[in-house]
Amino acid sequence: MAKARGLVAVNFEECKGCKLCVDACPVDVLHLAKSFNTHGYSPAEYDGEGCTGCGICYYACPEPGAITVFKRWEEAQEAYICHNNNVQSRLSLQDSVRGLALCDSCGQEVILSDFLNLRFAE
Amino acid sequence: MSVKILGKSKGFYDTFERRPGINKEQTHYCPGCGHGILHKLIAEAVVDFGVAENLIFISPVGCSVFSFYYFNAGNFQAAHGRAPAVATGVKRAKPESIVISYQGDGDLAAIGGNEILHAANRGEAITVFFVNNAIYGMTGGQMAPTTLIGQKTTTTPYGRTLQNEGYPIRMAEIISSLESPVYVERVMLADTRSINAARKAVRKGIKNQIENKGFSFVEVLSTCPTGWKMTPPQSQEWIKSTLSETFPLGVYKDISDQVEPLDLSQNFAPSERIPKLIGLEQDKLDYDIATMKIAKEIDQEIRISGFGGQGVLTLGVWLSEIGMREDLNVSWIPSYGPEMRGGTANCHVKLSRTSIGSPLVTHPSILIAMNRPSLEKFEEDVIEGGAIIWDNSLIDIEPTRKDIKNIPVPATEIANELGNTRISNVVILGVLAGFSDFLDPLVVQRVLPLIFKKKHLLEINLKAFQKGLELGRELLA
Repeated sequence: MAKARGLVAVNFEECKGCKLCVDACPVDVLHLAKSFNTHGYSPAEYDGEGCTGCGICYYACPEPGAITVFKRWEEAQEAYICHNNNVQSRLSLQDSVRGLALCDSCGQEVILSDFLNLRFAE
Repeated sequence: MSVKILGKSKGFYDTFERRPGINKEQTHYCPGCGHGILHKLIAEAVVDFGVAENLIFISPVGCSVFSFYYFNAGNFQAAHGRAPAVATGVKRAKPESIVISYQGDGDLAAIGGNEILHAANRGEAITVFFVNNAIYGMTGGQMAPTTLIGQKTTTTPYGRTLQNEGYPIRMAEIISSLESPVYVERVMLADTRSINAARKAVRKGIKNQIENKGFSFVEVLSTCPTGWKMTPPQSQEWIKSTLSETFPLGVYKDISDQVEPLDLSQNFAPSERIPKLIGLEQDKLDYDIATMKIAKEIDQEIRISGFGGQGVLTLGVWLSEIGMREDLNVSWIPSYGPEMRGGTANCHVKLSRTSIGSPLVTHPSILIAMNRPSLEKFEEDVIEGGAIIWDNSLIDIEPTRKDIKNIPVPATEIANELGNTRISNVVILGVLAGFSDFLDPLVVQRVLPLIFKKKHLLEINLKAFQKGLELGRELLA
């Protein structure tokens, strides 16, 4: 099995549960959630481990911002720039299924799929 | 080493504020719709090539009509099928921009069949993305020119037949048979491999435009799970097994490596040449612009409304004509419809010192109401402190608002006294010039002879204007 070094974060509210990413995932680490989001869809969820960061689900997904793939999660984790304190911080993974992390600098929750509002050091 | 993350492209808005309703995070497309995938590929490409700032997206009629909710770019929404024609104009006026014409199969192959053929034949330096899902998706799954033989749609419930509807049209083949297009390819959005191929085609189509190579056409076989009554994975399977049989994938034409980049600078007439071309310079007035009274209240948004035949549209034309001669930016659009047979035929007029964004006047600073339905319909729209000029010889009610200037004018009565009911609109023009300081009576009196070429008409109209002018000055005092 390919090395698990990526992380996929599905935005619970943006996903429409079309299942294309679930079918497309070559290592089969995505599934549809049992619960519904506010729009009435059962969104896709990450199994929590095993993502290789290949990005296939990202291109399979028709929603602009529903899926975010961190190709090398550990690098991204270290390069995070805190939104509040504007310093390079570290992300601690809190809920890999829902794509939630904590910022070490300000202690606040970071939604990993909210990509346009995240910043990372070059 | 930079961090590699695949996430929402900067080519999209962060939240979709333009989308009505409370859902500002999702697109309006159905789950599993191919539009979203193609949108992502386009947004990614324009950001990667550094041309997102220059992107002008021409959205069609179809589900992707609302693409301006999502793309952080300039946008024109074209009439049904006319996206390539609009794209032609935009690209010629702004050759430095990246113009993408995005159309579905009903839009491009049926209603807009003519537009796409001629845009392609002229070799316009634009990129066309043709989303082919074999039906009219937005309207509920009717037969399109691309519908397969035997395929059941809402308008071919027993399946498309050769006898009744003929063969499906293969647009990529047709376009590639023309001389001018430099790149024609058909791709599909059905699995990882084909989406990757589509991504390359999208990038090539846009790259061609950046390098001014000429007309690029990418046909994309895309899913419509709702219209096809399938799940999204089933629809992707159907593209692979069935749709791509009738519409074979592949590069149909690619001469982009052989052609020289086009010189787009000669493609359009420079704006200073346009007045000469349309003969505007000839009847320029001989007055000195410095003597004109440039008033503070010169930016006006005017709505003129009344019965058809009262000259409400004409009055609007005159106002814009006068404004033009005062070197203002002007716009005029009529509102046609069944209203022409009585009711509220009306027009929108804008006079402005700065350029005009939209010609629509939803909240007029001046409302001219020539009949009762007009006053009732538009009274509430007038801005606070605005003016309502209404014909009290025809309207038997009064404006109820107190926060506006109420100006009753017996225009029809005056016109009758002068001997011609049809000049009531000129009386109104006179009143407007008399009470407000944005119309210079001198300018109006000099413009009127240019409008009324017949001598006997000019005389009575000047008289009516004078009468209105006096009335307007009385009202002011």
